[in-house]
Amino acid sequence: MAVLAVAALIALALLTAPTKPGETVVVLPAPDGHVGTVVVHRGDTEQVLHEAYAASRGSELTQLSPWQVERAYGSTLKALPAPPAKFLLYFITGTDELTDESKLELDKVLGALRERPSPDVLVIGHTDTMGDPDANDVLSAQRADTVKGFLVGIGIPAERIRTGGRGERELLVPTDDNVDEPRNRRVEINVR
Amino acid sequence: MRTSLAAILVVFATSAWAADVGEVKVARGVAHIERGTEQLPVQVGMAVREADKVVTGANGTVGVTFADNSLLSIGPNSALAIERFVFDTTTNAGHFDSTLSKGTLAVVSGKIVKQSPEAMRVHTPTAIMGVRGTEFVVHVDDPKH
Repeated sequence: MAVLAVAALIALALLTAPTKPGETVVVLPAPDGHVGTVVVHRGDTEQVLHEAYAASRGSELTQLSPWQVERAYGSTLKALPAPPAKFLLYFITGTDELTDESKLELDKVLGALRERPSPDVLVIGHTDTMGDPDANDVLSAQRADTVKGFLVGIGIPAERIRTGGRGERELLVPTDDNVDEPRNRRVEINVR
Repeated sequence: MRTSLAAILVVFATSAWAADVGEVKVARGVAHIERGTEQLPVQVGMAVREADKVVTGANGTVGVTFADNSLLSIGPNSALAIERFVFDTTTNAGHFDSTLSKGTLAVVSGKIVKQSPEAMRVHTPTAIMGVRGTEFVVHVDDPKH
């Protein structure tokens, strides 16, 4: 009898208590077709979503169609900012001077700036594996600052430009240590 | 005396920079950012900071690009709080925690996730999403339905 009364009370509590809203999670393919992974943690349970349009609703795993996603979330997806436009500049070996091809790239950077509503610029320097990694951190930051100077020179306000140096952590062409590789001595510009 | 003044100026300059973690690139309809006790109308070009809460009305959508190239958009009738954003441009290490208390959020993850999978987390009232990349949508169900 007491057990029944407790059960009834619990049932009543469940019906009247404000329940927290659940959620739907959908993994989408990137424009290049690549599909990533999202892990949904609910209490002790874990769901791994890694297929295009795979969806988690509460404990249920389902598959949505692109049309369903567009209908339900189209206005949100339309508000995603444009992905950064990326440009690579290379230096003439041992100098602060850009190669002729890279000078032409600077014009394209200006073009990308004009296409965006409130453009800002991220400049990241890289080195090859020659020399000491710590010294390469400094060198890569210097390269980024040099390119910032060029960008300011063509009229981009300095306060709209952020710089950083990745040293030899992100090689465009993977090499062993202490390898002279011109394609790794570069600066990446992101217009956002 | 001179040293301490210089130190204060340096702290001031870096905190002003460090506070801005992203920028509004898309703004449509009615939306505001709650920052402390202030309510600021959202407009394109506005900086987004740690502890900001982006709130949209029935026709409002907001798109934000973050310092690590993460792209987020907040749909209509939504509220997203930026709890924590830390990003190191040298190592690409960082943390990005946000909470969607209602509505819809779309995410394209950036450099933080590329460097450290699940260093980006989206919280909802009943779940935590660990992001290993790259694009996804989260919608908190409307309690009325």
